[in-house]
Amino acid sequence: MSTRPKLLLLAAIIASFVISLFSSHINPYYLDVLVGIGINIVLAASLNLINGYTGQFSLGHAGFMAVGGYSAAMFSIHCSGKILPALGGGLFASQALFVVALIAGGLVTALVGLIVGAPSLRLRGDYLAIVTLGFGEIIRVILQNTEAVGASRGLTGIPLYTNFFWTFSIAALAIYVITSMVHSTHGRGFLAVRDDEIAAEAVGINTTRYKVTAFVIGAFFAGVAGGLYAHFKQYLNPDGFGFMASIEIVVMVILGGMGNMAGVTAAAILLTLLPEFLRVLSGWHIPLPFTDASISLKWIAGTRMILYSLLLILIMLLRPQGLFTWKIKKKSPSGK
Amino acid sequence: MTTPASTIDLLRMESCTIQFGGLTAVSDLSFGIGENDLVGLIGPNGAGKTTVFNLITGVYTPTSGSITFQGKSLKGKKPYEITASGVARTFQNIRLFQSLSVFDNVRAAFHLHLRQSICDTILRSRKFHKEEDEIENRVMELLEIFNLGRFRDAYARYLPYGDQRRLEIVRALATQPRLLLLDEPAAGMNPTEKIELMRLIQFIEEKFKISILLVEHDMQVVMGICRKIVVLDYGIKIAEGPPSEIRKNSKVIEAYLGDTAKTDGTP
Repeated sequence: MSTRPKLLLLAAIIASFVISLFSSHINPYYLDVLVGIGINIVLAASLNLINGYTGQFSLGHAGFMAVGGYSAAMFSIHCSGKILPALGGGLFASQALFVVALIAGGLVTALVGLIVGAPSLRLRGDYLAIVTLGFGEIIRVILQNTEAVGASRGLTGIPLYTNFFWTFSIAALAIYVITSMVHSTHGRGFLAVRDDEIAAEAVGINTTRYKVTAFVIGAFFAGVAGGLYAHFKQYLNPDGFGFMASIEIVVMVILGGMGNMAGVTAAAILLTLLPEFLRVLSGWHIPLPFTDASISLKWIAGTRMILYSLLLILIMLLRPQGLFTWKIKKKSPSGK
Repeated sequence: MTTPASTIDLLRMESCTIQFGGLTAVSDLSFGIGENDLVGLIGPNGAGKTTVFNLITGVYTPTSGSITFQGKSLKGKKPYEITASGVARTFQNIRLFQSLSVFDNVRAAFHLHLRQSICDTILRSRKFHKEEDEIENRVMELLEIFNLGRFRDAYARYLPYGDQRRLEIVRALATQPRLLLLDEPAAGMNPTEKIELMRLIQFIEEKFKISILLVEHDMQVVMGICRKIVVLDYGIKIAEGPPSEIRKNSKVIEAYLGDTAKTDGTP
């Protein structure tokens, strides 16, 4: 049991490296969806730390993603002009710069998370949700009006660095860091804060510190996810980081089951695939038996988002505890 | 036994007053708890007993007066800091971590004495494993003492009521306190359970060599085990002394039973 998490992380990184070697053989559309899945896993996992494990309802995760995305992108754009040629401009140099850009984006976002979190984490439940919602909107409006980052036209000219390897290594790393942090005596503090703040204080847990820690680490990974996104789409637009984007991440966490990392990961995969699947479905024709006629599923194309929403409603009605949460006894309560 | 201000007291409340707006919940209260002492704090409903707890544990700050623990003032300290300095408590209405297992409820309380950094935790260093194993053993040891070992993996919310009460005490003990505050531990218990609880409290005092302050309005429980009793009524201390004295104290009888009931011998 003792070295397993680290081994799993290593295995995931090696696997994503191997798959990445063959990525040129993968249909670009599939690759696009796959990278989208990876980025959503990072986002959902990091929000799971804040919403799921620590119980702080944050609605500003897309705002964090935007901060990280724009910072990392600006870093790369500046470097690709001067520093990269100086380093020889090779693949290794550009990839190394990319890592630095991602970390820089993550750190800037973590700092923003600290600034936003420290005062607002005194609030609870709905109130915190509204504050974080406001934060997300402020970020969006600031970006929309800052000429240096392209304002509402969006930021272009971001180099393409993100690939399968980075996306899934980072997804694995995010899951590893968050689960190994939570599954420890240290980490029981997050859950204790979620369950009962007064009792948590009574057993010596500094609740504010735990909440801010969750917020900062969650923001860091959201920022890194933003960096991945920026260097994948090569274009950032403030409108992409609105309220709806935050809601989508929240839906992944709730659907997967708050504080259930495997479930949240599965939900991130499912919810990224679902719209794509409905898109594919709309191209199908179901042949009617005994005739030459067939039913076209073209109508799905127009009602795709309605179907998506309907499915969410159904899932919530049928499985309010989360799609992937079963009431089973934990294997190891020590959670190591 | 009516203690004057003494330096050997573990905890000392000195003329504490707290007002909520115009309401004085506790007025000019002074009393001390010595080392390995078992003190009862009693009084009718609304006398201010739980307020005293909240004053000691830092939930409220006294409007005037001082509270010192091991010679140090607790003024301005947050509840978690007071717990860290060695005062643990339970709650009148049980407050367990509902969605955590019995084991994890106690483990969370060991958090205070962790020596590993968050990096050790994330990197799963050798230090982390060693310490987690150590904590696991100590949690199980505590749970076994209180006969809760068999519930180790059960969710705290599914425990029977009496076991939940005991688990809360175990959780408080896991913070390794010098002083344990028990807020109406006998609430909702039947007479047999109450007797069991009295034994348990005495056992804790002897086994862990700590002081206990017990808030209770059940006279039977307090009289049976406490060495000293402080009686509150409307936020004012009306009596302090050993159970034998308190039992005969006319003010206490009046507060509890009203003046007409003086003839009834049982408190």
